[in-house]
Amino acid sequence: MTTTANAAALALGDDALVLSHRLGEWAGHAPVLEEEVALANIALDLLGQARVLLSLAGDEDELAYLREERSFRNLQLVEQPGGDFARTIVRQLFFSVYQRLLYGELATGSGPFAALAAKAVKEVAYHVDHAEHWTLRLGDGTEESHRRMSRACEELWRFTGEMFQPVDGLDLDWRALEREWLESVTGVLERATLTVPEGPRSGAWTAGAGRQGVHTEPFGRMLAEMQHLHRSHPGASW
Amino acid sequence: MVTGARRTDELRTADAPPGAGDRPVSTGPPDTVSTGPPGPDSPVDAGGPRAGKPVDTPLEARLRELAGAVPDPELPVLTLAELGVLRGVRGLGPGSVVVELTPTYTGCPALETMAADIERVLHDHGIPDVSVVTVLSPAWSTDDISAEGRRKLAEFGIAPPRPHTAGSGPVPLALSVRCPHCGSTETELLSRFSSTACKALRRCVSCREPFDHFKEL
Repeated sequence: MTTTANAAALALGDDALVLSHRLGEWAGHAPVLEEEVALANIALDLLGQARVLLSLAGDEDELAYLREERSFRNLQLVEQPGGDFARTIVRQLFFSVYQRLLYGELATGSGPFAALAAKAVKEVAYHVDHAEHWTLRLGDGTEESHRRMSRACEELWRFTGEMFQPVDGLDLDWRALEREWLESVTGVLERATLTVPEGPRSGAWTAGAGRQGVHTEPFGRMLAEMQHLHRSHPGASW
Repeated sequence: MVTGARRTDELRTADAPPGAGDRPVSTGPPDTVSTGPPGPDSPVDAGGPRAGKPVDTPLEARLRELAGAVPDPELPVLTLAELGVLRGVRGLGPGSVVVELTPTYTGCPALETMAADIERVLHDHGIPDVSVVTVLSPAWSTDDISAEGRRKLAEFGIAPPRPHTAGSGPVPLALSVRCPHCGSTETELLSRFSSTACKALRRCVSCREPFDHFKEL
C-alpha cells in the first residue's frame, strides 16, 4: 500500500466503522423489532467493510481502538448522534447513496479497493433500498413523521458537501459523483413529499473537516464509549 | 473485532493463490481426481464458476472434499461447498495447506467459525499446518449456492434465493418468492433484514406463516 492508498483506506474505513457504531447504538431502542434487526444488519455490513479497509492500512484493532479523535478521517456526517429514527433514516439515505456511487466507481477500477468495492456495493444496494423505503413512508406519512423527516433533512444537509471532497489516493470524478448523488437524493425526497433543503452544502456554516481530522463534539464521547473496553483491558480475549 | 482468521491476504484475487508457483503442477486431467461425472456438487466444482485455476492434485481434491463437507455454522443444513464459499485448497508442501474462503457478506461473523472448523477437520485428517485465508474477489453471489444447497434450504424452511437474471439490479423484485411451508407464491416482504445478514423476513399470505428468505446478493 502506498501512503495515499493508506490514507484513502483510512477515510473509507473510518466512515464505515463510525457509522457502524452509531447504528449499533439502536440495539435495544429501535421502534420495532424488525428495524432493530435491520439496523444491526446494516451496521454489521459496515463493520465488515471497515475491517477489510482498516486492515489494508494497518492493524485493524489498533486503528479502531487506539487512535485519538484527531487521527480519525471519517466524514462528520457519520459521527453525528443517531437522534430520532427520522434522523437516522435521513443519514442512511444520504450516506448509503454516496457509498453506492463511490463503491460502484471503485469496483470498476483495478486499484487496491476494487475487490472490496465490488463486494460491498451489492450489500449497500440493500442499505439504499431500506433508506429509500423508509424515507417514502415517513416523508409521505403522518404530519408528525413528515415534520421530523423535514427537520432531519435540514439539520444534516450541511454535512453532505463534505462527502465530495476529493480523497487522496482515489482517482475519481468527484463532481460527477456529486451530481449523481444530488439527482438520486433529490428524486427520493421529492417522491417522499419532502422539500429539498435550500441551505448551503459548502463554505461557511457547513461541516467539512472530518477528512482532515477535525471532528464535532459528539464524536469524542462516542469514541470514549467505543474504545473504553479495549483500552481498559489491553490484549484481552475470550 | 477478533482477529481469529488470518486476514493478511484480504484482497488477493482467486487467480493468484499463495504459493501457486511453488507447488508441483499436476498434469493429470480433471477426471483423475473425480470418481464420478462432475455435477454441481462434486468437489471439483465446489469452487464455483472460476475457471482457469490449476487442477487439484488428488490430495487437494480429497482435502477440498473434507473442507467442503464442513457444515455452515449458521445454516447447518448446508455444507460450505453447497454454499459456494470454499474457493480452493492448495498444498504448499508436505503437511501444509492453504484454504481459500470467501465471505457471503463482508461482515459475516460466521467466517471465523468456518475457518476454525476447517482447520480442525484438516488437522484431524493429518494436516498439521492449515492456513485459512479470506478472498473477496470475485465477489460471492447467491448464484454460487448449488442446486442441492437450494433444495436443502427449502426443505429446512428457508426460501432459496432466486437466480439473477441478466440486466436485473442487485435487488430483484420481479419474481415471486415461494412459501417454503405451503408452496404458495402469494408471499409478502416483512423486512429486508432478518436473523442473519443473508436473509430477509417474509410472510405467506396463504398460510400466514412467517419465513426466512435467503435474499439475492
